[in-house]
Amino acid sequence: MTNAKLMQGNEACTLGALAAGLDFYAGYPITPSTEIAELCSEELPKIGGKFIQMEDEIGSIAAIIGASLTGRKAMTATSGPGFSLMQENLGYASLTEVPIVIINVQRVGPSTGMPTSLAQGDVMQARWGTHGDHPVVVLAPGNVKECFELTIKAFNIAEDYRVPVIVLSDEVIGHMREKVVLPDLKDIKVSRRAAPSSPGGYLPYKADADGGVPLMAPFGAGYRYHVTGLFHDETGFPSNRSDVADTLLRRLQRKVEKAEPAIRDYFTESVEDCDVLVVAFGSSAMSALSAVRQARAKGIKAGLFRPKTIWPFPEEPLGELASRVKRVIVPEMNLGQLILEIERIVAGRAPVEHLGKVNGELFRPEEVLAAIMGGQR
Amino acid sequence: MSEMLKYFRENRLPHIWCPGCGHGTITGALVRAIAKLKLDKNRIVVVSGIGCSSRAPGYLDFDTLHTTHGRALAFATGIKLSRPDLKVIVMTGDGDCTAIGGNHFIHAARRNIDITTIVMNNDIYGMTSGQYSPMTPTGMFGTTAPYGNVERPFDLAKLAIASGATYVGRSTSYHAQLLEELMEKALLNKGFSVIEAVSQCPTYFGRKNKLGSAVDMLNWYKERAVNVKAAAVMTPEKLEGKFLIGELFNQPAPEYTAAYDALVDGVRRKFDTFQGGVRECAQNSD
Repeated sequence: MTNAKLMQGNEACTLGALAAGLDFYAGYPITPSTEIAELCSEELPKIGGKFIQMEDEIGSIAAIIGASLTGRKAMTATSGPGFSLMQENLGYASLTEVPIVIINVQRVGPSTGMPTSLAQGDVMQARWGTHGDHPVVVLAPGNVKECFELTIKAFNIAEDYRVPVIVLSDEVIGHMREKVVLPDLKDIKVSRRAAPSSPGGYLPYKADADGGVPLMAPFGAGYRYHVTGLFHDETGFPSNRSDVADTLLRRLQRKVEKAEPAIRDYFTESVEDCDVLVVAFGSSAMSALSAVRQARAKGIKAGLFRPKTIWPFPEEPLGELASRVKRVIVPEMNLGQLILEIERIVAGRAPVEHLGKVNGELFRPEEVLAAIMGGQR
Repeated sequence: MSEMLKYFRENRLPHIWCPGCGHGTITGALVRAIAKLKLDKNRIVVVSGIGCSSRAPGYLDFDTLHTTHGRALAFATGIKLSRPDLKVIVMTGDGDCTAIGGNHFIHAARRNIDITTIVMNNDIYGMTSGQYSPMTPTGMFGTTAPYGNVERPFDLAKLAIASGATYVGRSTSYHAQLLEELMEKALLNKGFSVIEAVSQCPTYFGRKNKLGSAVDMLNWYKERAVNVKAAAVMTPEKLEGKFLIGELFNQPAPEYTAAYDALVDGVRRKFDTFQGGVRECAQNSD
């Protein structure tokens, strides 16, 4: 029996989370992410997991951090306004190194914006939304199957590196239905945070200063340790010492930098000999892929680079391509966010052009094709 | 004393609170209540938010979580739902609990989740040096109420009761023995319990309002606090200017995590062939 199913991106995210071991969900209803909460409320009790609808998104992320501290694999899902509310506690999870997964199904903003329409305006917020330098990882699925795969990957990264991971989906990816062939559960790699073996001498934040990941004990297991959003030394207790602060923040930053080659994920098409490189992610990349294929049919050497990890960005592979291409085009459903990272990486080796769209409608392939052709017919 | 000390992280003492602060008395009462109940310290999680009160868990030898401002109850909800077998205690202040955390407070009460919430009410934001809070009485002074507070304060006990809390008590740092007794009963209540622990802040609230020393403030509580049992036979005239202490509400109701676990048991019986992991989800509607 083939495990093929017609499913929605939001549903695939939920199934991916369950495959990765999700056993705790807290959330607040918000379009266009709500299906994830609905499915979790239905599925989690069946496996002895827990679901709670909190009073707001601030409480939702707080509850999953609390649950994760007891050893659960915990997730929430939201969209723009809710993601904004989560920012403070996202920073808390970063600093306290509590593994959590947040699915942000982007919609048009700012403010209430257009709740049922597509945008990709949270690229920078996902990376920089909370105050202070902090590590996060952001993954961007480009189709329904990737919603499944990248949500599993999100949990694994969260567990391996004790870092909050954001799955940056969008309204089209979340609501689109595609046929997906799910892999066998036994073929799915699932990580679990490294734990100490016994409470004796446990130092909750002891780790190699060069991006090490401390061992994580669950609450309620006799370790009796302290977790605080204040800067802390390896004992977990607050410290105002400048050397402690410097070591801590640099270790957190280094943790993700060091992980980048291992977690790096991207898709390319026709980049080997391309002159015009299109860099796009999420739903924009679907239009971009179609445009690249149409351009090739016309004899134009176009190629697509589609990052699945967008923070940290797969810098090395894009950098290599940047030296070989004549132009780089960045179509995205915002007024210029990911392009800033692309320009930094391309570093003047090729002109980088932006193609932005913020009316809530997905790019038509012809719009991207027109940009590739640069006004030629 | 030695029975009590084992619940403290002695190497984290002395505490950061000002001389004369009531928070140490309140923390002491909580520890005495825990000791009296002989609770297993490996099965207690203490959660706090931000402020003077919220520093208390750092001195206690349990799993302790110092969270973000106002959110202690939301973090604690995740912990308790995940591990209903753990005793979860929240230590919070008047600002942390009733201003920025007010929404989480009423919803935790509404769910009747088994969390014991100790609200250290010193009528002021101490950590930020003396601004008025939602518990500052009308007319009293703060650094942001230089002409006197024009706002009306919450009656926290009434708020808790109306929101669904099943055990509510109030005492003061002067009435430490009563405080300990109320905390003991709150810890035993299977549901959301609130203890408002009125606490003197001589540094800010006292100084700003010319209330004198810590001892003067304790005497102020002594003179104005009336036990709810005594109040029952007092005339409204006699109760003028007084406030009630004691057990204000005790009415058991179904507890949230137990109800959720019962739901899970029922669902699992229905789907008992399911082995876990990915299964066919029912197609949801848009």
